[in-house]
Amino acid sequence: MELTELGECVSSLSCVVTQLAAGLTIGMLLFLVASGLTLIFGVLGLVNFAHGSLYMMGAYFALAAYGPTGSFALAVLAGTLGAALLGLFFERFLLSRIYGQDVLMQLLVCYAIILILDDVVKIIWGADFRNMGVPPAFLHPPFIIGGGVVPYFYAILFGITALIAVALSYGMSRTRFGRIVRAAAVNPGMVGALGINTTVVYAAVFAIGAGLAGAAGALSAPIRSVVPGAGVSILIESFIVTVIGGMGSIGGALAASLILGLTRSFGSIGFPLFVEGAMFVIMALVLILRPSGLGGRRG
Amino acid sequence: MNDKGASELLVDGLDAAYGASQVLFGVKLEVERGETLALMGRNGAGKSTTFKAIAGLLPPRAGRVMVRGHDVAGQKPYRIARAGIAYVPEDRQVFPEHSVEENLEIAEREGVGGREWNRARAFEMFPMLQPLRGRMAGRLSGGEQQMLTIARSLMGNPAVLLLDEPSEGLAPLIVQQIGALIRRLRELGTTIILAEQNSRFCLAVATRVAVIDKGAVVWRGDVAQFRADPDVQARYLQV
Repeated sequence: MELTELGECVSSLSCVVTQLAAGLTIGMLLFLVASGLTLIFGVLGLVNFAHGSLYMMGAYFALAAYGPTGSFALAVLAGTLGAALLGLFFERFLLSRIYGQDVLMQLLVCYAIILILDDVVKIIWGADFRNMGVPPAFLHPPFIIGGGVVPYFYAILFGITALIAVALSYGMSRTRFGRIVRAAAVNPGMVGALGINTTVVYAAVFAIGAGLAGAAGALSAPIRSVVPGAGVSILIESFIVTVIGGMGSIGGALAASLILGLTRSFGSIGFPLFVEGAMFVIMALVLILRPSGLGGRRG
Repeated sequence: MNDKGASELLVDGLDAAYGASQVLFGVKLEVERGETLALMGRNGAGKSTTFKAIAGLLPPRAGRVMVRGHDVAGQKPYRIARAGIAYVPEDRQVFPEHSVEENLEIAEREGVGGREWNRARAFEMFPMLQPLRGRMAGRLSGGEQQMLTIARSLMGNPAVLLLDEPSEGLAPLIVQQIGALIRRLRELGTTIILAEQNSRFCLAVATRVAVIDKGAVVWRGDVAQFRADPDVQARYLQV
């Protein structure tokens, strides 16, 4: 443990700013993935174990679009829409057939999707690590705030992810579609009896969740290596987020994602060998003290 | 295809079952435009099941459900709703974490009855909901929730309202208010089927009566005939 270094860091403004910027950016990217996971679980009752693979596909779609065009905006768009369409395809042809069945069946079908996508990626793009690299348009000197270093691209990522989070929250709480989605999460039978086709609602929710994962994958492509199987670690972290934040709670997912992001950034200084462990410790504490999660309903 | 021009809903030969146990045996019902039909019967006679089978929540095994001349039997609930059936379940089922206004908004659509009903009109018709429009529906009283579900079912501009036990569990004063409301809806030309055990309430608001017993309609006639026939009441309604 390097806890003394952590102590030195939190007592220096520059170090705090640097770690805060990194932690919040990582946290927001995690939020995009986890919010889709929790949304799909909340509305469809499906534990989407293949969610990490949609994140991975988002990164590969982004690479594929970035190569010929050189446009990061197009890359992110391709990653988001590509993952959303792929998700829609899986929802329509596979997952919609197992709604309401036990979680083992869901695990089995999702695991099949994970394996298929990993192999498809290897066939098309190869098994090697790939990296988009930070697009030249974003190669600006970092912001220096209070002596701390905030990379320009991190600030951009934080801005984009925060915008997506605001749009998601607005869409869920302030639009008719969002209200229908929340109602379908609670009582799909009554929503149907009011003349709303819940099959379409479910498909749309899955596509949105998949698109959020794809967006996160695309946005992360410049700062993380893109490799087959890249979805597994983000999937596990997303599950920790949904447990800490409360299954089905988007607000809880935001809080939990930021907590995990900050644990990762400050933990890498204070306890670099125990960062993953610390996340599970936090999860265990939440399960003991507030079993339904930070944003979950009690009872 | 439309053998009875004026009937809003014609149910014929309707069979339904929960698993292996058959509950409805050839139920036949007919309501014409603007009528309020009371579907009466003892607890367990098949009133709620009839509604669920009409609304598609319990797909019928056999029979026709003609809404304005279109057979919707066996279709998905949302299609039956769009064809003009609005079902108000016994346990009301408001969306508890949505506001009153959001509950109405979710259901708002142009329907077979046109676009006459919308939120603004609902608040005129149900003035008691007006001050509650921002309140979570889960925090309303039972009577307010009942008003809300009736208002919500009108938002789809249906042909026929199916009200399942709207008076159940409510204080007498609230029951009177609901009765007055149903009469007002009838005066506006709304077609309603009312499933009730509370025969006083039913007879105060209905124009015609159908009695269901052991899953089949055993008596039908108008309210005056029903009142004049103590035998029916003794045989099928008293416990």
